[in-house]
Amino acid sequence: MFLKHKYVPILVTITLFLAMFAAGSFLYTGFFSLQVLMNLFVDNAFLLITAIGMSFVILSGGIDLSVGSMIALTTMVSASLVQQQGWSPAVVIPLVLLMGAVFGSGMGAMIHYFKIQPFIVTLAGMFLARGFCYVISIDTITIDNAFYTNVAQTKITLPGGSFISISAIIALAVAAAAIFIAHYTRFGRNVYALGGNEHSALLMGLPVARTKILVYTFSGFCSALAGVVFTFYMLSGYGLHAVGFELDTIAAVVIGGTLLTGGVGYVLGTFFGVLIQGVIQTIISFNGTLSSWWTKIVIGLLLFTFILFQRVLSARRSVLKQ
Amino acid sequence: MSDAAPILQMTRIHKRFPGVKALSDVRLRLYPGEVHALMGENGAGKSTLIKVLTGVYSVDEGTVELEGVPITVHSPLEAQAAGISTVYQEVNLCTNLTVAENIFIGREPRRLGRILWKEMNRRAEELLKDRLNLNIDVTQPLHMYSVAVQQLIAIARALNISSKVLILDEPTSSLDKNEVDQLFQVVRKLKSEGLAILFVTHFLDQMYEISDRVTILRNGEFAGEYLAKDLSRLELVQKMIGKDLNMLEELPVLSEGKLDTAGEELVKAAGLGRKGAIEPFDLSIRKGEVVGLAGLLGSGRTEIARLLFGADKPDTGKLTLGGGRGTIHSPRDAIQQRIAFCSENRKTEGIIGDLTIRENMILALQAKQGLFKTIPRKRQEEIADQYIRLLNINPPNPEQLIRNLSGGNQQKVLLARWLLTEPDLFILDEPTRGIDIGAKAEIQKLVLSLSHQGMSFVFISSELEEVLRVSDKIAVLRDRHKVKEISDKDMSQHTIMQAIAGS
Repeated sequence: MFLKHKYVPILVTITLFLAMFAAGSFLYTGFFSLQVLMNLFVDNAFLLITAIGMSFVILSGGIDLSVGSMIALTTMVSASLVQQQGWSPAVVIPLVLLMGAVFGSGMGAMIHYFKIQPFIVTLAGMFLARGFCYVISIDTITIDNAFYTNVAQTKITLPGGSFISISAIIALAVAAAAIFIAHYTRFGRNVYALGGNEHSALLMGLPVARTKILVYTFSGFCSALAGVVFTFYMLSGYGLHAVGFELDTIAAVVIGGTLLTGGVGYVLGTFFGVLIQGVIQTIISFNGTLSSWWTKIVIGLLLFTFILFQRVLSARRSVLKQ
Repeated sequence: MSDAAPILQMTRIHKRFPGVKALSDVRLRLYPGEVHALMGENGAGKSTLIKVLTGVYSVDEGTVELEGVPITVHSPLEAQAAGISTVYQEVNLCTNLTVAENIFIGREPRRLGRILWKEMNRRAEELLKDRLNLNIDVTQPLHMYSVAVQQLIAIARALNISSKVLILDEPTSSLDKNEVDQLFQVVRKLKSEGLAILFVTHFLDQMYEISDRVTILRNGEFAGEYLAKDLSRLELVQKMIGKDLNMLEELPVLSEGKLDTAGEELVKAAGLGRKGAIEPFDLSIRKGEVVGLAGLLGSGRTEIARLLFGADKPDTGKLTLGGGRGTIHSPRDAIQQRIAFCSENRKTEGIIGDLTIRENMILALQAKQGLFKTIPRKRQEEIADQYIRLLNINPPNPEQLIRNLSGGNQQKVLLARWLLTEPDLFILDEPTRGIDIGAKAEIQKLVLSLSHQGMSFVFISSELEEVLRVSDKIAVLRDRHKVKEISDKDMSQHTIMQAIAGS
């Protein structure tokens, strides 16, 4: 076996992205440019950050449905504190990040200590966080704070004339850190072990409780950070921001080749899963005549294909084992 | 080798669980550079003894000494730190991780918190090569390798530099012959390095192949420690399954008046076998015949029953039904062809605790009739009353929840369930395990009287006397082989024990 079996799904994801990008370049003039590629990061920074947190959760064998609501709550709390209470962003941003982490760790603790399915616990978290938004306000709160508008408008010019936003740089930094965490730290490897077989992980003496709670803490932190980035992007806080976003996130992770049963997958796969979603949107906007709902149709089809593909791979794997 | 001092010594070990004496006055001595087999039937106390040794259970009484120093361990982790490593029957590793990670996870070589993969892979490779003679690609995920290799990797994980005692808890139960050989090579190598190895098994051949010394347990008691070369197979089997004579005398003699007619052939297995479960065997069951299956735990008794019932698919051979009625592919076919199977796992595969006696009884009959032809309530009550009287079920109240019944009465309800479907062949897997002597005798009597009426049975039991008492013909199994078929006139405890022992 020359090509390692475990790299097959991620290679498929990367190839798919390259093929789609090539197809777009072939069909539309002006598509093939560094700027179009950079825009994928600029426009999907918050999706990338959330999906990275989600990758760890899914790798550990869980799921986190609260991420979309957490983003909305972060925009709402930030807008309210900055705009209505006049707090400094230097206080507000660390505070909302802490809020996300604490919220996530609470859910993780419930999942672990009370042995409740992650689906139910994070579903409750989803309703709770969304509900809190409306406690703060039922209307949009527009932000005109100088720090937020500056960050939103800052364009960092790259050699060659293209530019990138601060949010995109944050997202890329999170991705780089997450790859390191997943592959070069004990925590990362424990996440994989936990997702592979929780019972064995326990018998191998691994810190199962700590790992599980940390996974949800990290996901909560990532969705709060995505919320901060989303605030830069929208310059407002609103209870209806990022509705249904958790499903886009899960789709990105699955298209990135991570098994929903846990234990198998890569952060880099998620990275390309996000880019695939972005490139579909870009193609549709370049086309100009298609409705943006076509994004959903393509993503739906891709998800079906990927789930079937994973099924075939894991079936082949159990045959190999015989 | 017996001149050396034992590295581990357990003396006068007692362990009680509520209502049960699991271990009483048990001892065990392990010598460095020796493989020590621990043998005994189900419930003899092997697992309890190991759990005491590895700190899963605490001891009630008795001492454990490691290198002459008394020790108390409270958890498997503590035991491992003290130098006592264990590899369990089920491989407890993560198959999605690489081989190297499975060996090192939790203690990976790191610098500034960063895992050093190259270093880890190199060390894993060395460890497997030097200590286990295993040359494999350690960067592949574990699921790429066979269970046997996974077992070796579990051993590699369990071993560390300070290991003095290695416990292998039934490591061979899911391995084939070649894999067992591979494992034994490693065991011999580790033995030559001075490790004391405790090998728990119920395979006689394997015990003799690898062990220097053997300790036998029976009913939670110490039944002897011998050098393997001084102990004959027959003696070993007697130590393991020999029963007290006075217990037997309480049971009535049933064998008189047995049918000696050979009816038409009902089921015929020709060369039937399944890899890893049972080697190909021939077996013929006639109408009105009780065929006993005798052998030690894990010798393939249940595996034969499952093949006959269609619960497992055979790899080789043919199963034919008498009268040109074809063959059996699934339990559904078997039930259609009037074959019933009463599993040995009464609690998990038999009774439904929250249903009443009546409801438990009619389950199979209802299933056979189809869901839409409900059996009328009145008919159900008649059936329940009839069988409660016939089988002497206590309490004689059809509306009692079955979980409130004693084991023996639960078993009778299960028998009633299958008898209602009027089977031609009834497979009973350990129908009398864990039930009192009175109920045992009643079940045996029932089997005999039904066989007089023309019903055939396959009767599986660990108790040799019982098999002898009810069977017209006994198939003896050893290490997943059918080794002998003994019919009426030659049947005695002695001949069967000899066949089991293979001497």
